[in-house]
Amino acid sequence: MAKTLFEKLWDAHVVEVLPDGTSLLYIDRHLVHEVTSPQAFEGLRMADRSVRQPGKTFATMDHNVPTDDRDNIADPVSKAQIEALVENCSDSGVTLYGLDSDKQGIVHVMGPEQGLTLPGMTIVCGDSHTSTHGAFGTLAFGIGTSEVEHVLATQTLRQTKADTCKVEFTGKLQKGVTAKDMILKLIGMIGTAGGTGYVLEYAGEAIRALSMEERMTVCNMTIEGGARAGMIAPDETTIEYFTAREREFAPKGEALERAIAYWRSLPSDPDATFDREITVEVDKIVPQVTWGTSPGMVTDVTACVPGPDALPDFNRVDVERALEYMGLTAGTPITDIKIDTVFLGSCTNSRIEDLRRAAALIEGRKVAEGVRMLVVPGSEPVRKQAESEGLDAIFKASGAEWRFAGCSMCLAMNPDQLQPGERCASTSNRNFEGRQGKGGRTHLVSPEMAVAAAVEGHFVDVRTFV
Amino acid sequence: MEGVETHRGIVATLDRANVDTDQIIPKQYLKSIKRTGFETGLFSDWRYLPDGTLSPEFELNQERFRRATVLVTRNNFGCGSSREHAVWAIVQYGFKAVIAPRVDRAAGRVPAFADIFAGNAVKNGLLTIQLSEDEVQAIFGMVERFPGLEMTIDLPEQRVILHMDEEESFRFDIAPAVKEHLIRGLDDIAITLEHSAAIDAYEAKTAASG
Repeated sequence: MAKTLFEKLWDAHVVEVLPDGTSLLYIDRHLVHEVTSPQAFEGLRMADRSVRQPGKTFATMDHNVPTDDRDNIADPVSKAQIEALVENCSDSGVTLYGLDSDKQGIVHVMGPEQGLTLPGMTIVCGDSHTSTHGAFGTLAFGIGTSEVEHVLATQTLRQTKADTCKVEFTGKLQKGVTAKDMILKLIGMIGTAGGTGYVLEYAGEAIRALSMEERMTVCNMTIEGGARAGMIAPDETTIEYFTAREREFAPKGEALERAIAYWRSLPSDPDATFDREITVEVDKIVPQVTWGTSPGMVTDVTACVPGPDALPDFNRVDVERALEYMGLTAGTPITDIKIDTVFLGSCTNSRIEDLRRAAALIEGRKVAEGVRMLVVPGSEPVRKQAESEGLDAIFKASGAEWRFAGCSMCLAMNPDQLQPGERCASTSNRNFEGRQGKGGRTHLVSPEMAVAAAVEGHFVDVRTFV
Repeated sequence: MEGVETHRGIVATLDRANVDTDQIIPKQYLKSIKRTGFETGLFSDWRYLPDGTLSPEFELNQERFRRATVLVTRNNFGCGSSREHAVWAIVQYGFKAVIAPRVDRAAGRVPAFADIFAGNAVKNGLLTIQLSEDEVQAIFGMVERFPGLEMTIDLPEQRVILHMDEEESFRFDIAPAVKEHLIRGLDDIAITLEHSAAIDAYEAKTAASG
């Protein structure tokens, strides 16, 4: 029977179908960070259980780490959380890339970088943006702490099979329009709950044309459309990610050849059927900017802030509350919105290609007077690569701050936060109330749009930014 | 975790859609390495004024909802981050159940709760009950008309019963596996460990072929 990519991955990982109709699914790779794991390790200890496969779990620190002075963590509670991860990993034999490691970084940047993420795998992490790894043709999704404990103890999860949805991106992107705009556009179309219960497979010529890093940007925000996992079938671009340079945990030599042969068997069969199909015409996408407090509250940079009457899929009260929180009036052109801060970073847009494109755009320009810009590389290898290419110098010359790797102002758990009322053009993934700091106002955009806003002090259509 | 068959308690309403887990428990509370103490952080950006006192504007701070144990809200509750702290905060605050509407759109049905949140809820014995939009709207109306309105949730019968002069009840659907899990208060890991032989066999098979 013809199968989709998801069905192939699912079938290959079912350990047992359980009497209650759920399946015991084997987990190939488990990624761990400091925030959602301490209670899981504690649970194991209290039940006198051990980690079944320490070699299949890898940890790093990202959510709660400082990105300036990494040697002195001022907040004792944050410090205790970081120390707990060190101790838990050491006790259980799990490899940790901590603050003293040159591999440390945002967990979803670190995994692919080190070759821990391989096509065909099941990958979980106590973080909803685990969907990022789907870019490699993996079944990857976020889990809660109880499930983290379950995976540590059993290397499996009890799961109900999701429905399948194919999202076909047709056509070619205009210059200045990016992978970030593709996924923001999709979320605007289906809403933040539109994908709930589905696993999305992204396909079409516009997906094929994307680099691996761009594909990660698309898959990263899958959860913002409600779907736990989004995936892209492996192709030559995927294979090149592993053949162009050696990655520590990826297979090598003959083993790599065998792996590639397997990866080539993964794409959905031509006659496979999906429970639902969506088409997005990429040619028509223009740069996207969110205006509200949910990623589905998004519009074209060429548009105006919408009002409740123009939004039948939202409750009036929710739109009014969002506009009030954002300090915006319906009818205001998006390009009239002035910003205070620019955040370039997060598991969505902090990889080397993001930094290269942003640096190329900001080179020879200055961050506008009164605007603060933070550039936070996704991992220490990304930071070092950027520095070897002189990108840090370009950012610094423009007036931006250059930091160490971490989640930083994406969720503002560390000291990188917005002040109440401060307005931010952010390359991250969530514009929820208070996400970047209590009272802070977030507009999600691509790195290119963020740079253009930094230079002009307000949103501009990056397609006209020369 | 203890099993739950029925629960009766006061109903509170929160008239907001897409309530995300960043609102349910803001990030500053996620630094704790404990599993308890999250009730103070529940909805904290909405619940407290800058000086730390309770905001009179926020629905759940109203006197009539102070002892509520059932939260009725709008679609896509629990979206966003996977943080289980959100469920811990709701449970530790005293809620036993959250009720929200699924929404039927031309493009398909939109479930009431975000996936990861719903999964986390089951693991902690928090009932998440989906009703239709009309039914949830009706409950919002009843709560306004009858201060202190109580509801019984009957899990085996899959019904919610609203205790007014003339009782009203709605039936809800729930996955059989979830229902059994909640009623029996099962320890997932213990059950899975009973399948260790199957896991061993799977690992042996993949090691041989990989």
